[in-house]
Amino acid sequence: MSVELESKFKQVEEYIDSLNLEGKDKVTKRSYLIHVLHKAQEIIGYLPIEVQKIIAKKLDVHASDVYGVVTFYNFFSMKPKGKYPINVCLGTACYVRGSGEILEEFKKQLGIKENETTGDGLFSIHAVRCVGACGLAPVVMIGDEVHGRLTTKDVKRLIKEYREKDK
Amino acid sequence: MPKITINCKEVEVPENYTVLDAVKSIGGYVPTLCYMKLEDIGIENKPASCRVCMVEIEGRRNLAPACATPVSEGLVVKTHSRRAIQARRTAVQLLLSDHPQDCLKCPKNGECELQDLAAELNIHNNPYFGKMSVHKKDISAAIIRDPNKCVMCRRCETMCNEFQTVGVLSAVNRGFDAVVKPTFDWPLENTACTFCGQCVAVCPTGALVERSYIDQVWDVLEDPKKHVVVQTAPAVRVAIGEEFGYEPGTISTGKLVAALRVLGFDKIFDTNFGADLTIMEEASEFKERLENGGYLPMLTSCCPGWVKFLEHQFPELLEMPSSAKSPQQMFGAVAKTYYAQKAGIDPKDIVVVSIMPCLAKKYEANREEMRSSGYQDVDYVITTRELADMIRESGINFHNLPEEEYDNPLGESTGAADIFGRTGGVAEAALRTAYEWITGEELGNVEFEAVRGYEGVRIAEVDIKGTTIRVGIAHGLGNVRKLLEDIRAGKTEVHMIEVMACPGGCVGGGGQPYHHGDFSIIKKRTEAINRIDKSKPIRKSHENPSIKKIYDEFLGKPLSEKSHHLLHTEYFEREWL
Repeated sequence: MSVELESKFKQVEEYIDSLNLEGKDKVTKRSYLIHVLHKAQEIIGYLPIEVQKIIAKKLDVHASDVYGVVTFYNFFSMKPKGKYPINVCLGTACYVRGSGEILEEFKKQLGIKENETTGDGLFSIHAVRCVGACGLAPVVMIGDEVHGRLTTKDVKRLIKEYREKDK
Repeated sequence: MPKITINCKEVEVPENYTVLDAVKSIGGYVPTLCYMKLEDIGIENKPASCRVCMVEIEGRRNLAPACATPVSEGLVVKTHSRRAIQARRTAVQLLLSDHPQDCLKCPKNGECELQDLAAELNIHNNPYFGKMSVHKKDISAAIIRDPNKCVMCRRCETMCNEFQTVGVLSAVNRGFDAVVKPTFDWPLENTACTFCGQCVAVCPTGALVERSYIDQVWDVLEDPKKHVVVQTAPAVRVAIGEEFGYEPGTISTGKLVAALRVLGFDKIFDTNFGADLTIMEEASEFKERLENGGYLPMLTSCCPGWVKFLEHQFPELLEMPSSAKSPQQMFGAVAKTYYAQKAGIDPKDIVVVSIMPCLAKKYEANREEMRSSGYQDVDYVITTRELADMIRESGINFHNLPEEEYDNPLGESTGAADIFGRTGGVAEAALRTAYEWITGEELGNVEFEAVRGYEGVRIAEVDIKGTTIRVGIAHGLGNVRKLLEDIRAGKTEVHMIEVMACPGGCVGGGGQPYHHGDFSIIKKRTEAINRIDKSKPIRKSHENPSIKKIYDEFLGKPLSEKSHHLLHTEYFEREWL
């Protein structure tokens, strides 16, 4: 395990400790599960098995329970995402305005499939349901930034922009 | 109490009833699939996910699942309107549309609740077809999982997580991909699974079944070079009759022995002999710990599911259990040493087969340290169900079998050994011997009523000549977890704890004939075991003549060096998951 990853696990542990759950009952501890998973994914970028075990132990739930929650929600990922995860909205409004083609274009330009990450670790592609910005359909979120009213022609430009940003 | 109408009949039922409870209370019937209620052990599974128990309720637009609909004043229920029947049929057809149609080759053929429902609902065709789930099979030494046959009833999850608190199984993914899987989708063998088999005992389909060793057993039976000895656990003789139409609680010891002889086993021995041996070692260890300030409480160690649970969940308590092996493993170790010597047979040619009510015994026999005879002490473990299959496939008419006796010397046993098969029995058997050894006096009444019963956790006080011995008894791993946590927190103090992983003890084991949610069957098996105990002329392990002989001729005395080598074991810390 890399030193970097280990220090991130430590951060997750410290975060859970900061919630002061020691001595609380089982139900209360478990109620923090989704919250902690969010935080852990924010820190590490994804939820590897090791961190799920740490969370299980700290919140006094079975690892299978954590795993069940992680696999249920689309938001959680057990694979590392790219530095700039590309979330293409396939909600109804975006879809009818062509987000399906935009998704295909991203895949073509980056040479990866859905839920895969580019070799340089910069991008990963994900299909999501409605992101709540239907007025801007079709919408793509790259990292925390929202890009609306896109066409397939914008795809190349966006990728270039983020590549340059990283330099 | 609310008054409701079921199929034009007015009834008054308790407020906390569901429509299903109400229908059952008047002797009515609504088919169910995901629903399971084991009242005696406080377990209820009603996710209302299968939609098989749909009924019509007057004034409501939609049909309602009977299992999850509470009763209310004036409710008018119709259990078999055309619409309700059609809805049930559709629910089952949809399940079948994503279910392998290999019923004739399925190990659950004839015992499958989905198959029964399809027949009952007159399903002869299926308009629904489309994508099928594709999952890999997971084969362990004890359990085979075939998630393609999972109907998401989640009964296994309820047993694993709520009753046993082992927590290995969980529903993962969502929508069409949703399925019940072990932690991180690992093979069961890599998880904290105890192989108790309670998931198998309640699975309605072939998604969870035991790993069968019938073929291997037939192979050695046919091999003239092999001397095949068989041992039968105490809980098998009070359950196997059910497989052949006998009432639950029928004692079939004699027929069981006769059947094994017809099948071709060279010697028919009894795990009970191993149980009496276990008491000799365990009671000695208890006496020593008690008198010399040893580690207390002492936990029993006969149940391999429990042992693995302890190794995963309470690794800091590995000093607590008795180091005595289980009766099955003690039997295996002496069969390939003592018996081999006496019979003049090379132990490499001896094959030990066990008939067990248990799936964890398959796992236990395969544990690496269980080779103190120099060979794998127990070669193959088959369940009560598998033995019934062997009897059927060889064309033996079980009903016509005579009553036969076990062979000697490893077939002689006392009533104390018989009660190993039910909750409280190991503690009671140990007390019968420990009492006499500690006090030096003869025990009058050998029945310790205080340790009997079905409560999940029982604490009994037994007076041994002025010293009060507190005995804790737990069946179900969730119950033992509670007990151990109380002890760790200093809330309870006991000297000895008996643990059995399955509800009711081994009589409710994962390898027994399917009870299909009827706990009264398990109670009847328990009563049968008590009847056998009562009928035995000798009811204390240390009075078994064959046991006295094995110590005179071979082992020396309990806890001797030889006993330690052959009859005791150690425990290993395993990962908490």
